Amino acid sequence: MNPNIVEIDNLSFGYKGRLLHKGINMVFPRGKVVAIMGGSGSGKTTLLRLIGGQIKPSKGEVRVDGAVVHQQDRDGIYKLRRKMGMLFQHGALFTDLSVFDNVAFPMRELTDLPESMIRDLVLMKLNAVGLRGAYSFMPTELSGGMARRVALARAVALDPNIIMYDEPFAGLDPISMAVICDLIRSLNDALGATSIIVSHDVKETFLIADYVYFVANGEVAAEGTPHDLMQSTLPFVHQFVHGEKDGPVPFHYPASNYQAELLGHKSAK
Amino acid sequence: MIKSKLLNSLTRTLGGIGYRMTERIWRLGAGARLFFLTIFYSGESFKRFHLTLREIYFTGVMSLLIIVVSAFFVGMVLALQGYNTLQKYGSSEAIGVLVALSLVRELGPVVTALLFAGRAGTAITAEIGLMKTTEQLSAMEMMAVNPIARVIAPRFWAGVISMPILATLFSMVGILGGYIVAVPLIGVDDGAFWSQMQANVDFRLDIVNGLIKSLVFGVACTMIALFEGFDAPPTAEGVSRATTRTVVISSLTVLALDFVLTSFMLVI
Repeated sequence: MNPNIVEIDNLSFGYKGRLLHKGINMVFPRGKVVAIMGGSGSGKTTLLRLIGGQIKPSKGEVRVDGAVVHQQDRDGIYKLRRKMGMLFQHGALFTDLSVFDNVAFPMRELTDLPESMIRDLVLMKLNAVGLRGAYSFMPTELSGGMARRVALARAVALDPNIIMYDEPFAGLDPISMAVICDLIRSLNDALGATSIIVSHDVKETFLIADYVYFVANGEVAAEGTPHDLMQSTLPFVHQFVHGEKDGPVPFHYPASNYQAELLGHKSAK
Repeated sequence: MIKSKLLNSLTRTLGGIGYRMTERIWRLGAGARLFFLTIFYSGESFKRFHLTLREIYFTGVMSLLIIVVSAFFVGMVLALQGYNTLQKYGSSEAIGVLVALSLVRELGPVVTALLFAGRAGTAITAEIGLMKTTEQLSAMEMMAVNPIARVIAPRFWAGVISMPILATLFSMVGILGGYIVAVPLIGVDDGAFWSQMQANVDFRLDIVNGLIKSLVFGVACTMIALFEGFDAPPTAEGVSRATTRTVVISSLTVLALDFVLTSFMLVI
């Protein structure tokens, strides 16, 4: 058996004439929590969409469990996706369904399990994220952190081999953040799954990740364990990890001459 | 210098026209593709009919009030205007036929479709558009659940089933409105009102043709609403524009289709 459940090989992707990824190589070993980090707009979420087969690469390939994702037909992609669970940035809960029905959704759609068994499984999943008592709530009645936990219960509803997290800590209070952090690690270990986290929250990600990739300018700028990266002297990694205002990623977006623009000089426009 | 500026502006204008044309053709193609995919993935909507039934409630039942109230007023106005003209020719008893034929052949299907586009069509577009904006459709895709089979097809069949029923109700309530104005208020003979209607309204030529029209309008209005929602850019502005487009395109399509269908029906 291949020790890596997901492999990204020389992957390039671009749209509207802009190359977002330029020959990226990554591997995601089975049973590990691997993080993809980088600044906003560096194409981290796009990588998740490429792994999930929602978009096709311009060059190179993504292999999930040995199968090249973009070469699959619709049935093949759906077969691969049944091995995946995904937590979207804002949860993406179905707003017309209750918490219970949201978690039951993949079970009802993809399996022939009897309703009594679905009920038990849903309550077990909700209990695992600490929200069994909120099963009858509608998504609009949940806080951001609770919605994220329900979405996590839904993502692991069918015990996937790969769990993908898109910015799981964004916009959460410190307590919710700690809860989600703990859940990602414990669910990964309990299910024996592989977790891929896309995030720019250094502290939380470094706490639970086994391995980290840094993406910048469409390439893997650095990689290693959280401990290695904390010690890294690479200017970009140092600036990112320590949250420094200025460095290789400048504070100012490229612009014309400041003085000339303020004085209304024509060439500044 | 002036020549080159003129040439530039001409190129820009022609480019703009070309871009708009290709964009419209592309959207037409994308809409047709969604229509065929919806038909192809419709099995689920009938196998799990409760999904379609739920949408019939939201699109059909929830549109009932506006349909019934509008039909009542349309019928009353028809009777008033009709009586005003018919009495000049001494044929005020034909008021029942006038009201019934106007409603069954034209106003029933057309006004129902226009109201449907405004009430249910916009709701469908906004709902699908928001589902896209909040990544609910992507989440479904990532769960290996086909959004066309699970979200689009049940709503499509709900619209197609609801429209002829709503149009029939519209015609019935409109006739009732016309009756109330013509018989108790104006004093037209009760027997003449109903017997002339019974004698002159043909089941196949009038009622069935009216039903065919409403069925076609149902397919058009629902598909336009679904496509606009499915194709909406995932932003607040994108959903708002898509909702507006649903009303405008549906209304124009209904009126154009009505002309085409009427001409075919009159010839055949």
